[in-house]
Amino acid sequence: MQTTTLQEAVAKIPNGASLMVGGFMGVGTPESVIDELLQQGKRDLTVIANDTALPGVGIGKLVSANALRKVVASHIGLNPETQKKMLAGEIEVELVPQGTLIERIRAGGFGLGGFLTPTGVGTIVEEGKRKVEVDGREYLLELPLRADFALVRAFLADYLGNLTYALTARNFNPVIAMAADTVIVDAEHVVPVGMISPDHVMTPAPVVDYLIARA
Amino acid sequence: MMDPQTVIAKRIARELHDGMLVNLGIGIPTLVSNYVPPGVHIFFQSENGLIGTGPIPQDGLAQARLTDAGGRPVSAIPGACTFDSAVSFGLIRGGHVDVTVLGGLQVDEQGHLANWTIPGKMVPGMGGAMDLVTGAKRVIVAMQHSAKGKPKIVRQCTLPLTSVRRVDLVVTELAVISFTGGRATLLETAPGVDVEQVLAATEAKLEIASRVITPQTE
Repeated sequence: MQTTTLQEAVAKIPNGASLMVGGFMGVGTPESVIDELLQQGKRDLTVIANDTALPGVGIGKLVSANALRKVVASHIGLNPETQKKMLAGEIEVELVPQGTLIERIRAGGFGLGGFLTPTGVGTIVEEGKRKVEVDGREYLLELPLRADFALVRAFLADYLGNLTYALTARNFNPVIAMAADTVIVDAEHVVPVGMISPDHVMTPAPVVDYLIARA
Repeated sequence: MMDPQTVIAKRIARELHDGMLVNLGIGIPTLVSNYVPPGVHIFFQSENGLIGTGPIPQDGLAQARLTDAGGRPVSAIPGACTFDSAVSFGLIRGGHVDVTVLGGLQVDEQGHLANWTIPGKMVPGMGGAMDLVTGAKRVIVAMQHSAKGKPKIVRQCTLPLTSVRRVDLVVTELAVISFTGGRATLLETAPGVDVEQVLAATEAKLEIASRVITPQTE
């Protein structure tokens, strides 16, 4: 793990990169990292996240700035701009049931070749997917998801990179921290080692690559 | 005369019992929590990672990291717990949620629900709806009986299905309809509504329970 400035961390992300972004309607999204992506003019990005928040909030800012080529999400309904750009063919949007999306990310991070879920069987979600019967019940084979970068918003990070999250700002964060080649963490508070009890660590330090330090 | 949403929410609240884990969708379902009788303790889940969802906080007491699935500030009652999205959907898909209450666009004669898209017009994404309908122990649909004069309880759904798992109960401002055994059965009419009114507003073929109840007061 290395500590880095916000500018240096975001400079590591090339145009065209795939990003998993924590947050649920912007809650638990590393907002300053999003702002810096815009500041540095990144484009053609693929974002994998629960939703695209609202215009002007979190991932919604990337949508409005036309910084995204593709979105993989479970819900875009509260951001009319995403829907508009999707219908106009300006952004490719892959809609995935929320439980399937998070589990595909978990599979990607946990070394699994996929998983079987009953969700989506008999709906348009099953199109093009393999069906497997187990004990007389049909399941869809859903494949793992990984990304080049995970942009994680933590509550506490210690100097080694152990993380905790706060309340409903946890959501996708600890799961995406396992599923990307490079994990960048923006924490509300950076604290000395030992301040987070071992039992309370939600993301173990070794998976974190860069921790954003502030003066 | 109560507005339709209140009639529906009050009636569904009577389906919730002490100790249940319950997930409420956005819209009419959210209102259900306002009518849980005092002394009945329900564990309300928000799928963004909370069990123990409490009322909307007073002005100035909202906490930016404590929100519902629509991103609005909520409170957490004593005994609440938080978790990540993988656990949240493990609870949902794994059959740990006793009741899910969702909105609906159409429900067909066998109890199939369509509630997430009108292709070409409304493409919000399914969010957690497919997992909830597939995984919860009991699925209750809260919706108005008709939309712009057109019945929403239909022979066959023309909109894309949410799940092949059938719903258990539909509650509208006119009626309570059960789908046990894959047959639409009229159980109750709302106060001031008679069976003929319900039949006239319903496209699906309804079986009529041997004794249709009409609560005089709610």
